[in-house]
Amino acid sequence: MARTVWDSTVGKKTVMAVSGLVMLLYLVAHMIGNLKIFFGTEEFNHYAHWLRTVGEPFMHYEWTLWLIRVVLVVAVVAHAVSAYQLSRRDIRARPSKYVHRKKRADYATRTMRWGGVILGLFIVWHILDLTTGTVHPGGFESGKPYQNVVDTFSTWYGNAVYIAAVLALGLHIRHGFWSAAQTLGAGSRTRDRALKTTANVLALLLTIGFVAVPVGVMTGVVS
Amino acid sequence: MKLTLRVWRQRNADAEGAMSTYEVDGISQDMSFLEMLDTLNEELILTGEDPVAFDHDCREGICGACSLVINGDAHGPERTTTCQLHMRSFRDGDTIDIEPWRASAFPVVKDLVVDRSAFDRIIQAGGYITAPTGAAPEAHATPVPKPDADLAFEHAECIGCGACVAACPNGAAMLFTSAKVNHLNVLPQGAPERETRVLDMVGQMDAEGFGGCTLAGECATACPKGIPLFSITSMNKEWLRATRRAAKG
Ligand code: HEM
Ligand code: FES
Repeated sequence: MARTVWDSTVGKKTVMAVSGLVMLLYLVAHMIGNLKIFFGTEEFNHYAHWLRTVGEPFMHYEWTLWLIRVVLVVAVVAHAVSAYQLSRRDIRARPSKYVHRKKRADYATRTMRWGGVILGLFIVWHILDLTTGTVHPGGFESGKPYQNVVDTFSTWYGNAVYIAAVLALGLHIRHGFWSAAQTLGAGSRTRDRALKTTANVLALLLTIGFVAVPVGVMTGVVS
Repeated sequence: MKLTLRVWRQRNADAEGAMSTYEVDGISQDMSFLEMLDTLNEELILTGEDPVAFDHDCREGICGACSLVINGDAHGPERTTTCQLHMRSFRDGDTIDIEPWRASAFPVVKDLVVDRSAFDRIIQAGGYITAPTGAAPEAHATPVPKPDADLAFEHAECIGCGACVAACPNGAAMLFTSAKVNHLNVLPQGAPERETRVLDMVGQMDAEGFGGCTLAGECATACPKGIPLFSITSMNKEWLRATRRAAKG
């Protein structure tokens, strides 16, 4: 069955839809977690510590966190590889362009590929910045995420990269959530408005929720 | 009406093609688009030039032979087939770009004619039912619920012209394939091959080198018969169901 799914365009698209929804679910949780920064250093750092102790005593320290990380890496890789392979196939299937060109699909639909690439690059930078601290501006201290976040958003490029990526994410979800419903066979004429509305609401909530943090630092609400 | 036409000319499958410009005069608003091209071809023949090759057959919007991307739209600006498009949709003095369907699975044969036999092979892979031939069966022998009959009919309207492929930014044949799969899969007559039909037809679609669906929706906008985009959603559902069943054995 795995072979049938991976070898088919419809199957590979299913992989994209499922991995995309897994990432989306994570991002909703991630956004809610991030908003704790508005309740002060202690609450935010405590939340970050709690993430490492989830599931204790059944799970050892950081086991749950590592489990989530593994699931996310699998999702990102599956999503990106399918996107790459399907896109190559799509480009090969339409080698010559029309002389008389028309732009039609909306912006969110047209930017899925480049937006996806931006998100992929962002994910790498984001981990090197705030998880490992490799490219962090200023002294990175694990266990002190509040200060680390403030440091990142005290640089102009930290804000620029982050906000650009979040806007790309909003657009990606807007088309992606509705698309995933069609790919998984859950869409229909009667459900279409509800699905499109859900996609827009999700996209908007995630965009506002994620952008709130750098805006908070820039305006001095978080410092 | 006097018009300037920019037409894709390509001697054969291997030759390089290019747009050529022609002027036509004396076009009536009541002519169909194909009659306008007939007028051009008559003039070309008189001047000893090779007439423009284009596909057509019924000229009444039911056979699916006519094609043509007109000013960037498959079948032109109205929701109908090129043969049913009339010159009243254009204005005197207009410049009109005329190109063939473009997709690697639909190679150009000559000028505006493309080879759509990939569609035939998708049908051969599963677009049929297993039934004894002979006299038409008694219509009430197999009851079909009204909503299912309506759904089947909506999909059965597909004439296989390929406008969906031409309009799709990925050269995908999802709308065509889904129309054919759903047409038979919702009916009791299609039930015996319900799973193999969708798996085999999608498999053949991929083998022909069509692209994948990114749900841009261009296909459903271009379709002269109004096959809805949700047809693709239904086929995806059928495909997933069939794949799960095949795995169970
Ligand atoms: C590694 C970076 C990423 C790349 C390269 C990427 C690329 C793509 C591409 C090319 C598509 C198909 C677009 C289309 O059908 O028009 C897509 C769809 C999608 N993406 Fe992403 N994306 C990435 C990250 C994400 C993230 C972080 C999420 C989490 C919310 C996500 C969620 C989705 C969803 C739900 C779909 C719809 C799947 C479907 O059409 O069935 N993607 N992505
Ligand atoms: S010629 Fe038959 S549909 Fe146009």
